[in-house]
Amino acid sequence: MRLLLIFLSATLVNNFILSRFLGICPFLGVSKKLDSATGMSLAVIFVMTMAGIISWILNIALVALGIEFLRIIVFILVIASLVQFVEFFVKKTSPALYESLGIYLPLITTNCAVFGVALINIQTNYNIIETIVNSFASALGFGLAMILFASIREKIELSDVPAPFKGTALALITAGLLSMAFMGFSGMVTI
Amino acid sequence: MSKMATFKNGLITNNPVFVQVLGMCPALATTTNSTNALGMGLASTSVLIMSNLMISLIKNLVPTKIRIPVYIVVIASFVTMIDLLMHGFTYELWKTLGLFIPLIVVNCMIMGRAEAFASKNTPFDSIIDALGTGLGFTGALVLLGSVRELFGNGSIFGFEIWGEALNMHAFILPPGAFITLGLLLAMFNYIGIRKEKKAKEGAKK
Repeated sequence: MRLLLIFLSATLVNNFILSRFLGICPFLGVSKKLDSATGMSLAVIFVMTMAGIISWILNIALVALGIEFLRIIVFILVIASLVQFVEFFVKKTSPALYESLGIYLPLITTNCAVFGVALINIQTNYNIIETIVNSFASALGFGLAMILFASIREKIELSDVPAPFKGTALALITAGLLSMAFMGFSGMVTI
Repeated sequence: MSKMATFKNGLITNNPVFVQVLGMCPALATTTNSTNALGMGLASTSVLIMSNLMISLIKNLVPTKIRIPVYIVVIASFVTMIDLLMHGFTYELWKTLGLFIPLIVVNCMIMGRAEAFASKNTPFDSIIDALGTGLGFTGALVLLGSVRELFGNGSIFGFEIWGEALNMHAFILPPGAFITLGLLLAMFNYIGIRKEKKAKEGAKK
């Protein structure tokens, strides 16, 4: 039951993009086309889940050695190398997937959602199973917001908007409305 | 580029938030009021100054191929220092900014300046560039934070302006962040477009 609550809370109530403001850069940058948004979301789901698990395990070692203050440096290095590793792995095992994700993989290193989820797991004292569920659900929420937003944005591209609002300005306002819609979930689940 | 031009470039011409749209996560998340915005802006600025200085000092020692990981480690070390310092000296602010202090590491503005400026210029120029960009970032955050605090809470930096008469709580909630920043961007675009028009008309005459 608790796992289900964590899952719902991470995907809908505390959506990473729309209520926690993590991962805004790819959200605004790669959401012009639905295809690329889907590719980015899939890559992020994978990397975020992995990063959450690995950094949780490493944190045990850091605490055991009494060097928790090195957490930021260690985590960012883990994420950067993980992204590299995933890139090699996907390239070897499935060239087709690599083709479609290709450019978005290196971009994930600077995605604060990945770093954010690793820190949130540690700060809320989740155990390993809760960490897996929370990382996966957060990433899923990221993907959900990303795909919704990309579909809206494809429509906006076709419409005639006042010149000052073109581009990022209108994208941000659209995101605000989407975020308002997601506010409807708030209070639904409390952990 | 002269020193003044470098400074102004980061502060206004290429403002990280309003022009380059970098560092959006802290810009949206930590601007629920002007005080938090100022704290976040200054924390990022100090990391930026130190990392720019460090990177321009070691730029000749680092092989080009592994420069990105090296920059990340340099930035992460300074962020750790700021995190510990803020924990020690400004505990309240540290608690409200929470997650977003460690997240300065992945602020694309800092990495962007390291890659685009500090890795090619002298240490002194890099500090000036960091000051300009950092203050531009701080200014943008404080502006956004003040607008949100003014409409959401009726005050700026905690000083009451019109009290609770006009409170629109939505400005402090997440949707308010997106919409306020969107409207501010549109306003700056509008000013930019008008300036261009005037310049064109001036050229015709």
